[in-house]
Amino acid sequence: MKTLLKLNINGEDFDLAASPGAYLVDVIRETVGLTGTKKGCGIGDCGACTVLIDGRPTLSCLTLALACVGKEIVTIEGLSKGNELHPVQKAFIDKGAVQCGFCTPGMVLSAAALLRENDRPSRDEIKTALAGNLCRCTGYTKIVEAVEHAGQLISGEAHHG
Amino acid sequence: MAKREFDVIGSTVTRKDAPKKVKGEHEFADDLQFPMMLHGRIKRSDIAHSRILSIDTSKAQALPGVKAVLIGSETPIKYGIVPQMPTEYAIAHEKVRFHGEPVAAVAAVDPETAERALDLIEVVYEPLPVYTTPEEAMAEGAVKIHEDNKFPGNIAYEADQDFGDVEKAFADSHYVLEKTFKTSYVNHAFMEPHCAVSKFDTNGELFIWSTTQVPHYLHRHLSKVLQMEMDRIHVKVTGVGGAFGGKGEVSNNELISALLARKAGRPVKVLYSRREVFLQHRGRHPIQMRVKVGVDKEGMITAIDYDGTMDGGSYGGWGLVILFYTAAMLHLPYDVKNVRFRARRIFTNKPTCGAMRGLGGVQPRFALESLLDQIAIDLGMNPYDLKKKNAIGLKHETVSGQVVRHCEFRKCLDQATELSGYREKHGKLPFGKGIGLAGGYYISGTAYTLYMAYKPHSSALIRVDTEGGVTVYCGATDIGQGSDTVLGMMAAEKFGLPFETIHVVSGDTSLAPFDLGSFASRVTVAAGSAVCKAADNIIDKLLPVAAVQLGVRAEQLEAKRGMIRSVFEPGKEIAFWDVVSKYIDAHGPLTATGDYTPPRRTGKFKGANIGHSPTYGFSAQVTEVDVDLETGEVRVLRVTEAGDCGQPINPVSVEGQVEGSIMMGLGQALYEEVKVGRDGRLMNPSLHDYKIPTMADLPELNTTFVESYDPDSPYGAKEAGEGPIQPVIPAIFNAVYDAIGVRFTEMPITPERVLRALDEKKRQEGGTC
Ligand code: FES
Ligand code: FES
Repeated sequence: MKTLLKLNINGEDFDLAASPGAYLVDVIRETVGLTGTKKGCGIGDCGACTVLIDGRPTLSCLTLALACVGKEIVTIEGLSKGNELHPVQKAFIDKGAVQCGFCTPGMVLSAAALLRENDRPSRDEIKTALAGNLCRCTGYTKIVEAVEHAGQLISGEAHHG
Repeated sequence: MAKREFDVIGSTVTRKDAPKKVKGEHEFADDLQFPMMLHGRIKRSDIAHSRILSIDTSKAQALPGVKAVLIGSETPIKYGIVPQMPTEYAIAHEKVRFHGEPVAAVAAVDPETAERALDLIEVVYEPLPVYTTPEEAMAEGAVKIHEDNKFPGNIAYEADQDFGDVEKAFADSHYVLEKTFKTSYVNHAFMEPHCAVSKFDTNGELFIWSTTQVPHYLHRHLSKVLQMEMDRIHVKVTGVGGAFGGKGEVSNNELISALLARKAGRPVKVLYSRREVFLQHRGRHPIQMRVKVGVDKEGMITAIDYDGTMDGGSYGGWGLVILFYTAAMLHLPYDVKNVRFRARRIFTNKPTCGAMRGLGGVQPRFALESLLDQIAIDLGMNPYDLKKKNAIGLKHETVSGQVVRHCEFRKCLDQATELSGYREKHGKLPFGKGIGLAGGYYISGTAYTLYMAYKPHSSALIRVDTEGGVTVYCGATDIGQGSDTVLGMMAAEKFGLPFETIHVVSGDTSLAPFDLGSFASRVTVAAGSAVCKAADNIIDKLLPVAAVQLGVRAEQLEAKRGMIRSVFEPGKEIAFWDVVSKYIDAHGPLTATGDYTPPRRTGKFKGANIGHSPTYGFSAQVTEVDVDLETGEVRVLRVTEAGDCGQPINPVSVEGQVEGSIMMGLGQALYEEVKVGRDGRLMNPSLHDYKIPTMADLPELNTTFVESYDPDSPYGAKEAGEGPIQPVIPAIFNAVYDAIGVRFTEMPITPERVLRALDEKKRQEGGTC
């Protein structure tokens, strides 16, 4: 049996029907149709499904949709303001941190959450904060550079480009 | 003489897919939804080797919501990526050969119903002995895993090649070293699981969206397995979330989605779980290799003798090709006159091995680069000196007849060692810290298609249109490496137009002309050549039109910076798009094609067609490690790579390929190994238990290129996606030797192995005191 629930995703309320055991990742992808959130394992090992819940990076494949009622959910689609990309998104593009793009949404959201707490993280802080987001393409180097660069963009020390 | 001043080539452009990817807009197969779409799930065997006595699907069929159930007897046509040796079925037929093999499939209205239906399918098995190692499978009296296999002892294929006089060369050698090496069973671990969606239209034509490297081979296989004409099948490559060879042959889910869609009369999606990705596998072959190298007094290599047993897993896959690639990849980038190769690939009851980044090269490089390091040390030479002496020059023909038309490997050795301070540090770092050097190389495409056709390996069509702009149509497949960007950059350079204005349509068998696929590091050279040729043909049509307008000869015109202009008379120029418009007014649509066929070379021995490539990339790496003597943990601190990839077309993308290769190699060297139980069951088929490197493992990577330009390649470019993984593993092993004096010959170097080796060393040293 499905139950009705209201989820706030990217600032908008969605009235949805989902089974009580449904995971947030599936509700976001299948029911709402926001497919930017990726599913690389479904059991909490890869970080591809990361979304922000009340600002905290959270694995949506381990989170029940029902548990998110009344919370603010931000997916990759909601990070940018319209066509104005978030500094992390800009930095990922500028630094060549994107290859296949499958890990990218989760990686970008984890990085955005880190920089909200600390816009001048050290390399080690970046590596620790993002160690739960796996990427098999890039070898991580350009992602670390992008996160550093995004921090500079946020703190106004560098310009896009 | 090739021109070297470029506007677009070698610059950093923004990949057009990057903005979409950072917003999550790039579409992958699992993002697709169709009205009435069903979800397919696969029932997998819980036994590794057995005959299938019966399958009862009646209860599954009766479950509400189930729309189709499929078993192996409905799809009894064998296929294989090597078409001469088909071994596989879409669903196991009469027999299962590994634990987790598909035995039935269900399409239902939702995944939960499909999964429930799987539990209702009853399979009766008659168990057979399970062989999880080549030794067991080859043992006297072992049951044949493939009954129609013509070789004894579950040998899938074997090969022997002899060049020169190996015995005499060893007899004349000053020093000979022989060791046995063992490589591990590793998976690509790309982030996106396999997924395919199939849909038949009312006319009975099949449309399939899949995450594949090889739409053309998928097209052929679908035609064979579904018994349909190829022109009624349309393969569309979606976003590919990493592949590395693992999506380089047809996967069961693709065939099953099409078969279920046909049976159910509705679209069907078949998405794999992560465990199923490990079962589909096609990862790197574990090889046990006995390798012997001789050198003369000066350290010049006199001979190499190789004997290897490859654990192939249950099916053929790319195995035959990989076997012969291993032969071809044995001794380059060094000049060796006497070479003996003996090898065999063995069927075992495990998920099938196949193509993984750098196939054919990674295992022999591990052995050879380790042995050369040790030989140099034993002779009191610096390993750099020994390798430099033996390195091939700018042009080379191997004893097996492979022609290297362009090589800057010596520069790679120089640059990597200079930048890292290797010569000063090697042998001089404190105990526990070490530095290692290794070299490698890779092909830039192959000389032959798998099914020996004469048609060009790549083709491109360019349409230049006053309304639609420039569109490059090419069947090449962007699997995340950025090949669409490379092809677009080449066209932009040719036309003198900004990269942003070039559209690339790829990875679609109906829209784009033929290309073999993304494998063997072939796209930049092969598809790039086809695109460049098509662009040249467009320009040949435009220049006479411009010449009339300008009152000059066509031969003195070039397309540059949005203009067609005279190279001799400054100011004589006309806008590119004005010329296009005039051409179309007078002649109609402006299109042209281009194609590429690599030079065909061969020899008169078995496997002689394999290993040839139009051109080769090279690299050298120096790796610094820190071995924790308490915990046994090996940490890679720094990797300095110097690569010869010709002219980098898009340097940031090339760096990305190198960095990705280094981390993938590092994983295999230190952590990764798929573990198999005695009953053939995978013990760690998850990204939790199968450890790939995380960001926390990232060392400092210093990626550099040497000055290089292959004049016979499109814009001087050579491969970069697979060569850089070749030196990674031996460079780490050599560094560990430098750190603690232990020569590991088996990967991965786990902390337990390090501690055991240190203990052993202490005991031995204690014993000699
Ligand atoms: S899909 Fe959630 S962690 Fe992998
Ligand atoms: S870009 Fe492919 S997994 Fe990260």
